[in-house]
Amino acid sequence: RDKMAAAVATMMPNLGQQISSKNDMIPDWTSQEVSTGTTIMAVEYDGGVVIGADSRTTTGAYIANRVTDKLTPIHDRIFCCRSGSAADTQAIADVVTYQLGFHSIELDEPPLVETAANLFRASCYRYREELTAGILVAGWDRRKGGQVYCVPIGGMLVRQPVSVGGSGSTYIYGFMDSNYKPGLTKEQCLELTAAALSLAMERDGSSGGVVRLATISEDGVERRVILGNQLPKFSTH
Amino acid sequence: MEKHCMDSQVKGVSTGTTILAAIFDGGVVIGSDSRASIGGEYVSSKTINKVIQVHDRIFCCMAGSLADAQAVTKAAKFHLSFHSVQMESPPLVIAAASVLKELCYKNKEELQAGFITAGWDMKKGPQVYVVALGGMLVRQPVTIGGSGSTFIYGYVDAKYKPSMTKEECLQFATNALALAMGRDNVSGGVANLVVITETGVEHVVVPGDKLPRFHDE
Repeated sequence: RDKMAAAVATMMPNLGQQISSKNDMIPDWTSQEVSTGTTIMAVEYDGGVVIGADSRTTTGAYIANRVTDKLTPIHDRIFCCRSGSAADTQAIADVVTYQLGFHSIELDEPPLVETAANLFRASCYRYREELTAGILVAGWDRRKGGQVYCVPIGGMLVRQPVSVGGSGSTYIYGFMDSNYKPGLTKEQCLELTAAALSLAMERDGSSGGVVRLATISEDGVERRVILGNQLPKFSTH
Repeated sequence: MEKHCMDSQVKGVSTGTTILAAIFDGGVVIGSDSRASIGGEYVSSKTINKVIQVHDRIFCCMAGSLADAQAVTKAAKFHLSFHSVQMESPPLVIAAASVLKELCYKNKEELQAGFITAGWDMKKGPQVYVVALGGMLVRQPVTIGGSGSTFIYGYVDAKYKPSMTKEECLQFATNALALAMGRDNVSGGVANLVVITETGVEHVVVPGDKLPRFHDE
């Protein structure tokens, strides 16, 4: 079905737009791919990482899932935040989870975050023409502590102390640049992430719902959810 | 801003710039970056002034094509000075914004321009108006525009407070422009700011090396 849709799209590239704009009887979610147009964020602190995401999955204008979990475990202390096509990112995450699990058994020790990030990069780069996936890989390992790696569309890999991704991320670059400092505590990172995600969700139509947060450290993974009415509010005008 | 070729199918193209205006207690700050680029590849001017004075206490900034900017603001200046002579009093800020709005709305097919108008008048004090791409006119306490503005929506939402002092507002505007210039490759140069109050107009230019730096710079 995807192949047919792809074939139609290549032969008649404007068909999707024509259908949605000229014929209101056919809703656009019948022709649009499921996308995690989203806002995701990951921050390193001394001893671990904080990751966060919104919870909206859209097919065109319809919100297919308003309580999505975009924070996907890859291993005990390694998570990934997914943005882009929901199908692509789920498939890649499944592949990497398998590869990493196998690798960890071979090594007989917990895998490195850098290894997981490289596995993501390998898949995203090799199949870059077919995929639409922007992924943040974050976790804790004994060698380097908390780490955040960014694998954007195209398949680049770069480690950053703080990183944002997804369609909503453009709105919060300024906020992130001005509010992040090296040496924040875990609580400060959580506050920063919750605030940044709330700001992005306010402005980006493809992001919304609840804020899902997780902290990954030597002691394990701690997850929490901030519901819509509990999100930090800003002086709106 | 770019000297860009008219492609009327590409609506809503916002060109290389960052502009903003914000109200503080007793006045308004309006500002922009100073880069003019061609196609995002060549910087045609590093020090272009995008904050244009249309009357004694009314300034406007434009996001869009340079040609449109000059034509529309020239027309607006003329209309306003004529209006001011007829009324025998300085024009209202909303008059300036309405002149721009009329031009944008009547010529919406040909123009690709969005304006921010800021100023002070006797009737309503400091005001900021934004004329969006199709010709909608809206009054707001703070507004941002141009390609660089997408990166600072979060910062502006979080940091702007309605009753700041002049110094706080200048710092807020400088920070916002610096953050946008740091992330948008077609915004840059110096930060051109104008402070408008009842007593007068003050130009503040923050050169590139004096702009605030952030954690990764």
